[in-house]
Amino acid sequence: MTGTRVLVTGASGMMGRATVLELLARGHRVRVLQRRPAGLPVEEVLGDVADADVVARAVRGTDAVLHLAAKVDVVGPWAEYERANVVGTRRVVEACRAAGVGRLVHVSSPAVAHAGSALMGVGAEPADPVGTRGHYARSKALAEIEALAADCPDLAVLAVRPHLVWGPGDTQLVERLVTRARAGRLPLIGAGSALIDTTYVDNAATALAAAVEVCGPVHGEAFVVSNGEPRPVAEVLTRVCAAAGVPGPRGRVPFRLAWLAGLAVEGVWSATGATATPPLTRFLAEQLSTAHWFDQRRTRQALGWAPTVTLDEGFTRLAGWYAAA
Amino acid sequence: MTATPAPPASPAPPTTPAAGSPGLRAAALRRDLPGDLPGLDPAWSRLVEVTDRDGRSNAWHVLDSGGEPTTGTLLCVHGNPTWSYLWRRLVAAAPPGWRVVAPDQLGMGFSDRLGAPRTLAQRVADLGDLTDALGVTGPVVTVAHDWGGVISLGWGLDHRDQLRGVVLTNTAVAQPPDDLGPALIRLAHSRVWRTPVCVRTPTFVRAATALSWPPLPGAVRDAYAAPYAGADRRAAVGDFVADIPFTPEHPSWPELVRVNEGIRALDVPALLLWGPNDPVFAERYLAELRRRLPQARLHRFSGASHLLPEDAPQYADAVVRFVAGLDTPAAGQAAAPQPDPGRRLWSALAERAGDDDAAVVEVAGRTVSWSLLARRVEEIGRGLAVAGLRAGDRVALLVPPSVDLTAAVYAVWRAGGVIVVADQGLGLAGMRRALRSASVQHVIGSAEGLAAARLMMLPGTRFSAGPLGPAARRALGVRYSLVELARLGRQARTLGDQAHRRPVDAECAVLFTSGATGPAKGVVYTQRQALAQMELVRRTYALTPEDRLVAAFAPFALFGPGLGIGCATPAIDVTKPGTLTAAALGDAAAAIAATVVFASPAALRRVTATAGEATGAHRAALGRVRLLMSAGAPVPASLLRAAGALMPAAEAHTPYGMTECLPVTDVSLAEVEAAGTGDGVCVGRPLPGVDVRLSAVSPDGTADGPLTDAPGVTGEICVRAAHVKDHYDALWVTEQQSSRDAGWHRTGDVGHLDEGGRLWVQGRLPHVVTTAAGVLTPVGVEQRVERLDGVTAAAVVGVGPVGTQAVVVVVVPVRAPRGLGVADPDLAAAVRAAAGTEVAAVLAAPRLPVDIRHASKVDRARVARDATALLAGSR
Repeated sequence: MTGTRVLVTGASGMMGRATVLELLARGHRVRVLQRRPAGLPVEEVLGDVADADVVARAVRGTDAVLHLAAKVDVVGPWAEYERANVVGTRRVVEACRAAGVGRLVHVSSPAVAHAGSALMGVGAEPADPVGTRGHYARSKALAEIEALAADCPDLAVLAVRPHLVWGPGDTQLVERLVTRARAGRLPLIGAGSALIDTTYVDNAATALAAAVEVCGPVHGEAFVVSNGEPRPVAEVLTRVCAAAGVPGPRGRVPFRLAWLAGLAVEGVWSATGATATPPLTRFLAEQLSTAHWFDQRRTRQALGWAPTVTLDEGFTRLAGWYAAA
Repeated sequence: MTATPAPPASPAPPTTPAAGSPGLRAAALRRDLPGDLPGLDPAWSRLVEVTDRDGRSNAWHVLDSGGEPTTGTLLCVHGNPTWSYLWRRLVAAAPPGWRVVAPDQLGMGFSDRLGAPRTLAQRVADLGDLTDALGVTGPVVTVAHDWGGVISLGWGLDHRDQLRGVVLTNTAVAQPPDDLGPALIRLAHSRVWRTPVCVRTPTFVRAATALSWPPLPGAVRDAYAAPYAGADRRAAVGDFVADIPFTPEHPSWPELVRVNEGIRALDVPALLLWGPNDPVFAERYLAELRRRLPQARLHRFSGASHLLPEDAPQYADAVVRFVAGLDTPAAGQAAAPQPDPGRRLWSALAERAGDDDAAVVEVAGRTVSWSLLARRVEEIGRGLAVAGLRAGDRVALLVPPSVDLTAAVYAVWRAGGVIVVADQGLGLAGMRRALRSASVQHVIGSAEGLAAARLMMLPGTRFSAGPLGPAARRALGVRYSLVELARLGRQARTLGDQAHRRPVDAECAVLFTSGATGPAKGVVYTQRQALAQMELVRRTYALTPEDRLVAAFAPFALFGPGLGIGCATPAIDVTKPGTLTAAALGDAAAAIAATVVFASPAALRRVTATAGEATGAHRAALGRVRLLMSAGAPVPASLLRAAGALMPAAEAHTPYGMTECLPVTDVSLAEVEAAGTGDGVCVGRPLPGVDVRLSAVSPDGTADGPLTDAPGVTGEICVRAAHVKDHYDALWVTEQQSSRDAGWHRTGDVGHLDEGGRLWVQGRLPHVVTTAAGVLTPVGVEQRVERLDGVTAAAVVGVGPVGTQAVVVVVVPVRAPRGLGVADPDLAAAVRAAAGTEVAAVLAAPRLPVDIRHASKVDRARVARDATALLAGSR
């Protein structure tokens, strides 16, 4: 299925860029929508995804929308998350309907179904705005529910939840870990034994491109996407640090302590109205100390997709990028 | 007698009250039907109006699966103080062609309350009136619990032409001799307690569901109590208790006797499903039931208590299986040729009765000659018969491996008895569970063994292996010692040769498995099967009377007299095979001039590690050994080679088999080396007369493929041979599963056959890892990882849900950590490189949990549990 006209929202991040390039490589025509120029060789609409007029303009003349734009953070007031993630998704759905766009791939997160306990080999459980932790997960849960509720014969909707996406140029996960490790302040939380799966960015990009292509015959479902290579968190951190050429994790913090510290930090951050990302949050403490890995069978079957970059290859590429930087 | 089946009760339209007060009461109750209770479908509920023999009309509440009973009806009868809710799983599991009906007895559950107590005879008649009203005319299998047992059997005797089978769970039909009845019921029965406990308060109603293990969910307990809110609702609960006839003066006594005597003539198939932890109906009630229904099959659900249908929800599957098999003739074992029909287990011993060579040698202990052993076995056997042992009686042997044990085993056989042997390694609780399940009539024990028998509350007469002081004798209730039995036997005028008259297909042994995977199972052998086993061992290893054996795995010493070869046991603690040193082995070999050594891999490991301690005399004795056998767990070739350095003349062999069938295959070290490496452990080709097939493993880890001998198919190893076990004892369901391919035994091991017909063992079926990419068997990966320097042992397990498990390798590094944790990066990388499969996590452990019998089989289920907990993270 080549030659589809695709609108990608939120294309300026690592995953957005990679996905746009993947879609182009597959012969699709891509337009992007985000606030600032993304520097991609494609047609750009600049503006706010929560602005109905902007979104209406952006979807005009497309066959499919890949909705990536979101506020991904751990601080800030609820209203910002609601506007970017819930209202933004609503505007995209409305625009698709109004313009007669037939396919919508909504990019979500496994966090929408995560209430803090260990997830071992589970599938894509229903989004749960009540049980999730933090503004980001809650707003994404509401957004996914709204997006999938819009699935109908005229508009096929899929939700794809890439899990812990990383790769060269990642400012979210990798760079934060590396910065802390370089400063000698990256401890293991708990025993460092929690089994976590991650997604190398190129695999996320191919999965999203595949979702755009199968959306239609496959619809109304949510899929978790990952490398399918879970590893103990200590091993993941050690390998990230090794690739970046910084010292590995040092010392251990008991989970309870980390969680309480996260709670305190979040309180201080929100009380002071700080906008920078805090060093530790409860969400992060949980992410780095409880198992998160997923049953990928349905995902791979439905999307007709499998990861092409193994964990080993991913770390090699990451090391190459740091060496060149 | 009139009967008006009411329409299905839900949604129940208000029924017009009939004339007279009973009708009014019935109408009031009709609104009180089971509501939304866990596991109960309201569509099953119906009310049936039945006029009893006194002309009174009563409404029965019945759970009815409906459907056309083209094959038959399962009539389920509850006891006191439960109601038909007890049978909800069976109603839900109604097999095709079967209608399941489960009434609430009158006065109970959601049936009408009664003005007066009801006798047993009335209740039996009531049930007949109800089945008439329900139009139950075809074949019926009754299913009953508790006091429903007698009522259901009474119905069965009254409907003999319809009765096709009976299923009973934790019930009693008669008090065993010298028994006053269940203490708890007697307490509730007493006038003083009955009303306050059963009626005025819900104590009895609540207590019935408090006995369950594991504890029942609160909602289920509430469901049982739902029809018994208020003293007026509980009147029949108290009346029911009062109706239990403990003495002949009781009005219900004649009916009880009619039933419990009548069933002796019942020749229909019977199934007993039993919760052994029942504080109400203890073991002796089961024994009494089995005396009256000798044809009954039994399955004991380990750990289950009185409320069996709750404690063992799988009872419903067992009932379904039972009714499915009613019309299937029992599949016969493959008829095995019997070379010498006159041969018995003691024949070889008798043949050497004139021989003064050593038959059994305890190193640093006693030695007995063939002639003495043969004479003692005759005498003790006769003495046992004089002391009351009857053909077919079961005898628990609680004697450490010794001359006494050997003599006792053959004497029991000589007397026509059945030996019951459980491993000390099971621990007291495990042995208690095992030996109690075997319903032994006698115990032969050392002082420690008899003390343990007392602690385990084993039934039966007591015989002591050695002499005891008068105080100990009294305390342990010893009837005779072996010496006294021998004296009794010498005095006996006639031999009364009950053993020779005993058919060769009668039971001779119940041997318990090591319990490495769940509770130990009792494996029943007939004499024919045991003889076939000895014959196969003798032929496979070309054993002659000129051979002499050192049995470092002590139970193997018991083969000695049966094979007619002398045996020595080394001076070690038999429960710790890993304590055998090269010197101890050398001493044993010298003591009997051994030609054959049998030792577990764990024992051999220690022997090779202590080779330096062996003196010249030890080496000389070991140098005469022609055959080294090691079994019990996969034996690495390197270990056999190392042992070969001590026994240079010995050909090393490892038989493969299990408690249920030993041996299945045999392989020599040379053959192992010729086979090279592969996926699993090469155990050689099936022995003559042994058929091996595989049942392929599905992606979900179950072995459901058809039996095949095609090379390369990985599946559950299935065996057919003359020496395969007869059946599992008191585990009817397990037996059905293990022998579901007629004539074949499913071993629970997984492996494949290669092009050359060699069998490779790849692990245990429950240990197969089910990844998204397919199933992975553990042994091949473990072998590759164990070849790494710095790794002493490895276990491969799966964590996560079936079908999408992550592979975890747990290694014991040379520099062992203090606890289980993530392996260091270099070790993890090396393990991943060696594993040859995607590995999610490499963990390092100080040691791996192993079985108690051989200290060789890794308990991968426990490894998986520990790994799962660790890898879930620190919550």
